[in-house]
Amino acid sequence: MFDVIIIGAGVIGCSVARELSKYNAKILVIEKNEDVCSGTSKANSAIVHSGYDAPNGSLKAKFNVQGNRMMEAVCRELDVPFKRIGSLTVCTEAELLPELDKLRERGEKNGVEGLKVLNREEVLAIEPHIGDEVVGALLAPTAGIVCPFKLTVAMAENAAVNGAEFLFDTEVKKIYCDDGVWHVVTGDHDYTAKAVVNAAGVYSDVFNNMVSERKLHITPRRGDYILLDRAAGGYVRHTIFQLPTKLGKGVLVTPTVHGNTIVGPTAVDVDDKESTATTADGIDSVIAKSALSVKGLPVRQVITSFAGLRAHEDGHEFVLGEPDDAPGFFNCAGVESPGLSAAPAIGVYIAGQIREKLSLTDKADFVAERKDILNPATLSLEERNELIRREPAYGTIVCRCESVTEGEILDAIRRPVGARSLDGVKRRTRAGMGRCQAGFCSPKVMEILRRELGVDLTEVTKSGGSSYIVNARTKDGE
Amino acid sequence: MKNQYDIVIIGGGPAGLAAAVSAYDSGVRDVLILERDEQLGGILNQCIHNGFGLHTFKEELTGPEYADRFIQQVRERDIPCLLNTMVMDISPDRVVTAMNRCDGMFQIQAKAVILAMGCRERPRGALNIPGYRPAGIFSAGTAQRLVNIEGYMPGKEVVILGSGDIGLIMARRMTLEGAKVKLVAELMPYSGGLKRNIVQCLDDYGIPLRLSHTVVDIEGKEHITAVTIAQVGADRKPIKGTEERYTCDTLLLSCGLIPENELSTAAGVQLSPVTNGPVVNESLETNIPGVFACGNVLHVHDLVDYVSEEAAKAGAVAAKYAKGEIAQADGKEIALHAESGVRYTVPVTIHPDRMDDKTVVRFRVGDVYKDSFVSVYFDGERVQHKKKRIIAPGEMEQIILTKQSLDDHPDLQTITIKIEAE
Repeated sequence: MFDVIIIGAGVIGCSVARELSKYNAKILVIEKNEDVCSGTSKANSAIVHSGYDAPNGSLKAKFNVQGNRMMEAVCRELDVPFKRIGSLTVCTEAELLPELDKLRERGEKNGVEGLKVLNREEVLAIEPHIGDEVVGALLAPTAGIVCPFKLTVAMAENAAVNGAEFLFDTEVKKIYCDDGVWHVVTGDHDYTAKAVVNAAGVYSDVFNNMVSERKLHITPRRGDYILLDRAAGGYVRHTIFQLPTKLGKGVLVTPTVHGNTIVGPTAVDVDDKESTATTADGIDSVIAKSALSVKGLPVRQVITSFAGLRAHEDGHEFVLGEPDDAPGFFNCAGVESPGLSAAPAIGVYIAGQIREKLSLTDKADFVAERKDILNPATLSLEERNELIRREPAYGTIVCRCESVTEGEILDAIRRPVGARSLDGVKRRTRAGMGRCQAGFCSPKVMEILRRELGVDLTEVTKSGGSSYIVNARTKDGE
Repeated sequence: MKNQYDIVIIGGGPAGLAAAVSAYDSGVRDVLILERDEQLGGILNQCIHNGFGLHTFKEELTGPEYADRFIQQVRERDIPCLLNTMVMDISPDRVVTAMNRCDGMFQIQAKAVILAMGCRERPRGALNIPGYRPAGIFSAGTAQRLVNIEGYMPGKEVVILGSGDIGLIMARRMTLEGAKVKLVAELMPYSGGLKRNIVQCLDDYGIPLRLSHTVVDIEGKEHITAVTIAQVGADRKPIKGTEERYTCDTLLLSCGLIPENELSTAAGVQLSPVTNGPVVNESLETNIPGVFACGNVLHVHDLVDYVSEEAAKAGAVAAKYAKGEIAQADGKEIALHAESGVRYTVPVTIHPDRMDDKTVVRFRVGDVYKDSFVSVYFDGERVQHKKKRIIAPGEMEQIILTKQSLDDHPDLQTITIKIEAE
């Protein structure tokens, strides 16, 4: 019997797991995919919103602003890249300028600090490539960018180091409560717990609706993005949002913590909760819309496009905590944007509720700090050579585009909650994330995975399940 | 480890090997090859098909055999090579920073540097193909490595997008390994590959080549299960209603090669927006004095024989440079212009005082031309006019300029190369 079972190992599930691991509790995280950060958490804008946008008094506003304030400390503790670069919400129609003041007022009521409305000249002074149509902008200096993969992985690793267990490739089929004990039924097991956390992203309505009459309805809202080469990095310095116009909601253009540029997303409601296929129209519209706020964006330097699904609840609000008819079942449902920003705060909030409910006590030996995979590029020449002498794998570059060494890849695989697939290695080390998109390094990473996992090359996958990469020997390959 | 060399060559593929041999034979003994892979030969090692070396050796060799000819020459000359060694940086004053697991990270001051890093394939992401992002999608060269080096098959039912040479070669290779290659779709109205590869790799095996077609959807969440192909119009946009669905477990991409110039850029080397390779003069010298380029890092070649030839030239000039026997590039400079169908020229400028008796100017065209002329103009005067039955984007073309002809035109400012109908 577990104290808490968390369904879903996205950024929310892992944040809750990490916060709960501060207490003396037996925790199990169940994830249907082969790795953490495999759903909404892996395909989003990678930004930390300031919190001006959500309605006053909403959970979105509250947890966004709280999460934003916590992000720096959490990222420092967990050694995750985070940069407070500020955001600009640009207005491209003079008659809409008063909207910027309204947003500023709303943001101030939400508790966002430092908001300021800028005129065109002031915007140009800090963001030279701004579009010709831009007449003003709302500057939110507290907004930032974070690596969502590293944040999720770091929270999971830290939770695991502090005792939380993780179960991957495991789909929850049924949840019910019997005599005060929660049963979480997977294909072949019936796990029991005193409390359940529903952090299942686009599936969170399914699990809520199994146990509560307070029905939820989540619409997967697909967003297409393009990612530009690091060579095009530095084109914008802030996260550039567009003030919605009568033509609709715009797209954002933002640097990433790794120096790429992200442009997107579209917003298309879909039925299929796995529908992460991009569309030609989506990509075209992202490119077309970006031109409104940023001019001359080098969109030819796109290295990949991707689509993510936001878990949009009909009430357009986060659904957090126990439904009144399902005590011990804690929802983290409808966590769409600004979910990544809110994740640290949601983790603390849900863990706090569970602590109270189960009367959990503090863990005396909780390890708060976690070190990221060592990036040798941050070392001096002497330090680097000392490292290579000690561990020669740090002298072998595997991914040439992102300069990732074999040492880093081995670390990513050998860590708690380590990588078990090409995508798992990619999200932890960036190997394969560069301009050649794994053309050169994938055979090498496959070989390292084969060796480390002790499997045949035909069993090495891109992302678990049936995503094998090679399926047979050649005629004379035996 | 020695920290000074006369010539450091970045890359031990066909270009680097030929450059090293030539530099040595031109009298510079202090040459070092830095190679990131565990063996010399570069991509030739995975090109196990034949057809290499017809020009250079007058016989048909496989890729590894062709590479071996040059590796032997390097060995005979005792030219040092560091394998498994990644160059991390080249500075404008030719300090090369490299790393491997034995020596750690180290720096070498070179008198001359030869860039011979080759090229990479354009990945799916850069093609903006919509759909899912499942396993089973490979650039053709990655699949070639898996099949020919690792000995594993990516799948059994194959669709190929792009008719570059590696894609054509892999169509045949996968077929010989028992896979069903359903078709090769090419966005352009002509193939980007060699005619001989279309005949020998597609036609001989009954694999259809669908020109003006592209992939408009990819199905399969974990592993690819099908693609949709559609015809494209003159604007290269898919034409609604022409979609055809093909089940497959493998999609290979052969949609162009990109010279790999990240190191060059960091050193301040100026690149051509057309070739994505360095802008070079008659000496294959970049805008950074003492930094030379050859092979596919300079511009993507069709035949390795031309890579070797070009690299030999780079090696010879770099040797002269290292010995201080070449004039500074500050004499008269003549610009080469690519016009009317000619996409680019290599070199881009010529200093008559530094050129050999003959300079080969290589270029590619942007369309298919039948019964047309390759013309060379010295300012307004047409000095060469050669009829060609067919000129195609997949094949590299060349003209030869003699020093004599330039000396005969002392006031010459611009040389223009163009394709003319008559």
